[in-house]
Amino acid sequence: MKSTRFVVLIIALIPMIFLTGCETNMVVFEPQGPVARTITDLINWSLAWMLLVVVVVFSLFGYIVWKYRERPDNMDYEPPEEHGSTVLEIIWTAIPILIVIALTIPTVQALYDLEEVPEGYEDKEPITIHVTAADWKWIFSYPEQGIETVNYANIPEDTPIHFKLTSASTMQSFWIPALGGQKYAMAKMETEMYLVADNPGSYVGKNSNFNGRGYAGMEFEVLAQTHEDFNQWITDVKETAPELTEEEYEELLKPTHLGRLTYANTHLEWVDHANMHSKTYTNPELYRYHGYQGKTFEEEDNYRNKETNLEHNGHHSDEDDEHEGHGGEHDGH
Amino acid sequence: MGIKWDEFFITGDPLILGAQISIALTMIGIVFGLTYLKKWNWLWTEWITTVDHKRIGIMYIISAVLMFFRGGVDGLLMKAQTSRPEMEFLSSQHYNEIFTTHGVIMILFMAMPFLIGLMNVVVPLQIGARDVAFPQLNALSFWLFFSGAMLFNISFVIGGSPDAGWTSYFPLAGKEFSPSIANNYYAIALQIAGIGTLMTGINFIVTILKMRTKGMTLMRMPMFTWTTLITSVIIIAAFPIFTVALALMTFDRLFGTHFFTVSGGGMDMLWANLFWLWGHPEVYIVALPAFGIFSEVIATFSRKSLFGYKSMVYAIVGIALLSMLVWVHHFYTMGSGPAVNSFFSITTMLIAVPTGIKMFNWLFTMRKGRIKMTTAMLWSLAFVPCFTIGGVTGVMLAMGAADYQYHNTLFLVAHFHYVLIPGVVFAVFAGLYYWWPKMFGHLLNEKLGKWHFWLFVIGFNVTFMPMFFLGLSGAARRTYTFSAESGFAPLFLLSAMGSIVLAAGFAVFCYNIYWSLRYADRNISSDPWDARTLEWATATPVQHYNFAKLPEVKSLDAFWFMKKNNEGLTLKDSEIEEIHMPSNSGQPFIMCVLFGISGFFLVFEWSIAAAVAALGIFAGLIYRSFDYNDGYHIPVDEVRETELSWRNKKGEAHKHVS
Repeated sequence: MKSTRFVVLIIALIPMIFLTGCETNMVVFEPQGPVARTITDLINWSLAWMLLVVVVVFSLFGYIVWKYRERPDNMDYEPPEEHGSTVLEIIWTAIPILIVIALTIPTVQALYDLEEVPEGYEDKEPITIHVTAADWKWIFSYPEQGIETVNYANIPEDTPIHFKLTSASTMQSFWIPALGGQKYAMAKMETEMYLVADNPGSYVGKNSNFNGRGYAGMEFEVLAQTHEDFNQWITDVKETAPELTEEEYEELLKPTHLGRLTYANTHLEWVDHANMHSKTYTNPELYRYHGYQGKTFEEEDNYRNKETNLEHNGHHSDEDDEHEGHGGEHDGH
Repeated sequence: MGIKWDEFFITGDPLILGAQISIALTMIGIVFGLTYLKKWNWLWTEWITTVDHKRIGIMYIISAVLMFFRGGVDGLLMKAQTSRPEMEFLSSQHYNEIFTTHGVIMILFMAMPFLIGLMNVVVPLQIGARDVAFPQLNALSFWLFFSGAMLFNISFVIGGSPDAGWTSYFPLAGKEFSPSIANNYYAIALQIAGIGTLMTGINFIVTILKMRTKGMTLMRMPMFTWTTLITSVIIIAAFPIFTVALALMTFDRLFGTHFFTVSGGGMDMLWANLFWLWGHPEVYIVALPAFGIFSEVIATFSRKSLFGYKSMVYAIVGIALLSMLVWVHHFYTMGSGPAVNSFFSITTMLIAVPTGIKMFNWLFTMRKGRIKMTTAMLWSLAFVPCFTIGGVTGVMLAMGAADYQYHNTLFLVAHFHYVLIPGVVFAVFAGLYYWWPKMFGHLLNEKLGKWHFWLFVIGFNVTFMPMFFLGLSGAARRTYTFSAESGFAPLFLLSAMGSIVLAAGFAVFCYNIYWSLRYADRNISSDPWDARTLEWATATPVQHYNFAKLPEVKSLDAFWFMKKNNEGLTLKDSEIEEIHMPSNSGQPFIMCVLFGISGFFLVFEWSIAAAVAALGIFAGLIYRSFDYNDGYHIPVDEVRETELSWRNKKGEAHKHVS
């Protein structure tokens, strides 16, 4: 039946159309640093093998379905009794195993490489940035430089950046697709990763792990700069930016969307959320929304368990802005 | 406990108001209709109290189709919301609720009951049995599933929908970040349905191991029976993990324990581990029976026995073993280190080997065959290329290091839709077109079936293929909107348009059911497809005792050789004996109501009321253990009469002689 051939044709054509039409868009195939490049190379290697599998299966499928379809002239053909073929079955067991081996070796290699400073950058002094994810913002602390930013991070080009990830609330996934893969940021835990940007440029970073109503707004900018620009930026921040206080910080951690903020000190002075014995900075009252409200529980290790902060209980004007956002006068284009 | 009536119903959203009104109208309509047609008694005696595996199967399938509709509407709403950048059709909260319920409903209340329904209808017939091993337990399984499904479905109008994703990751799903009762629905409705599933697993293992007819050795079982057996084993291995995880979740949310919380030393990733320790095997729980369906359909319509039957069996056993060893691939990005990630990359990629074996065996079953393009076969054919795409992208995702770039993106979403839709949905459609006459005594319309097929398959590809490319462009999953600058707009729009075609396919399917129930030819033989296995060795639709005389099996594809050698097709009067059958019981349904009430109270955190209702459950258990009803016997005359009514017809291979 000709319809079957159509289906093969359509299915084979769709990826072609997309591959030609959208190539320029696919950030995963345009790595801007050695870490992302390692992953892209691995993906390309796997794509070649997978394409081979697809071609073999699709052509075998097309050939068999076409050749052995029921036609008016073969109605009296009675198919033979056939129970299998040891040779054939060994072949199609062995070949996939070989393909798996071909994929495993570079995968394991890459998994180990991605834990280290990228090759060729070992002698360069890395910069450490503590990333603290909160609802629904990203906080970047530069302990060596003594500054802190919210929702953007400037980094020097060609320098390994040692990101130490943690979270003050829900679990997020820290992802700058142009520079490398992602990793989870979890409360009272620390994960780490190295990223390097080859050239100055602005890259989109985002949270890819769903964490509630404000999730879609958890994007940040990573700006890779020349060393001079970066040092200049640090000096400027130290001169002009305000100091972050503990009260302001608690305000900052509430579930809100904020723009960019810059401070001339870091919150690591009083709390490191990666420490498993650190205080918990959550307040269920701030997450109330529609529906039937259940009971919540007082926790001993909560930051509100000090007299000064009791007035935080109660109102939650911050989260309403997200709510109102939907009645607005946006136009899609 | 003070009931906060102002929070009881969800208000303020026109979509939800519309749903509330339509639910109320439907309920009134059903009650009115049943009363007007005087069908209450019929409903109770023929369906609600039934323990007949075929009727239970039909009830599973009807529920699954309804849930398919619900989950599909969720999907369409999501597609509408993301069809244009900065769209304001749904709020982010509403979108979160919808993708959560879409996932839960499609996996647990659509895919599973659809397959369990087909298992119920077909497996006892395929092994030549008169029912499952524990018929009343089977009814209880169904009613617990139904209770859980209904409890979960009322959430969006009463109390609030779960909104933490179908994975319900902690700490987000905990009280610290989700203080409304919405996620209690997840913990409790899934618990109730899960108990039912666990019982199904036990029931089918015992049925298949103990109730096979004479000569039906394990290696002569039809492939669908094999996959059902292995699936049941996975259910028994995996579901208790979920039961425990959900219980811990319930404690965390209701009583303030700290298993998965941020505060008090809880470990949120413990939930992720427990969830996926169940969740990954769950994928194979739905995929393996589907593979079984394809095996039956492909063999029948190629007029050949399954190529490499033995290696097919080893392959499913291999998949079952590996399924328990791959759960970490759902969170390579947790940072558990390269050694752990390497191990799980390898185990995950190894799954491609048995799956590849199956794929080639299906292809070579068709080789040298005579492929008849019925609707059931078309679904099985479309499965091959579509599932191959799902499979190869699965291998790509399995590579830990590469996954750092795919994880949580639409690439992943596209992948698992390419696995689950061809692998499960195509299969249940194939199974439904194939086995429909066994249930209802007529075929589904083939012409409408082909419309259904083409719209659905084309719509599916247009909906999900763009998502691969969106993911590679950096689009994260579960985001309710995106900016115009992101450049995602054209592909999202294409995907949304595809979903309309997909929905049109589903609509044709529903119309096909309606049309065929009303107009299809009832005068068909008991073996309309010239099939190969024992479910076709009896009447169509199947009489309630299945077989007047239990068939004897001498080889694989037993019925095919019975027809070829003209053996065992004739029933003599002297062979008819009384048939012992289980009695109907209202208890499973009553248990369903009690579980539902108790669960509902627990969702609203009214612990005392829930405990009181739970006393009813215990009373039911005690009552059941003193229930000595041994069933009843069908007299010889009645069997004879039933058999005469379908045997000896023109074109019928089965004969009856006195």
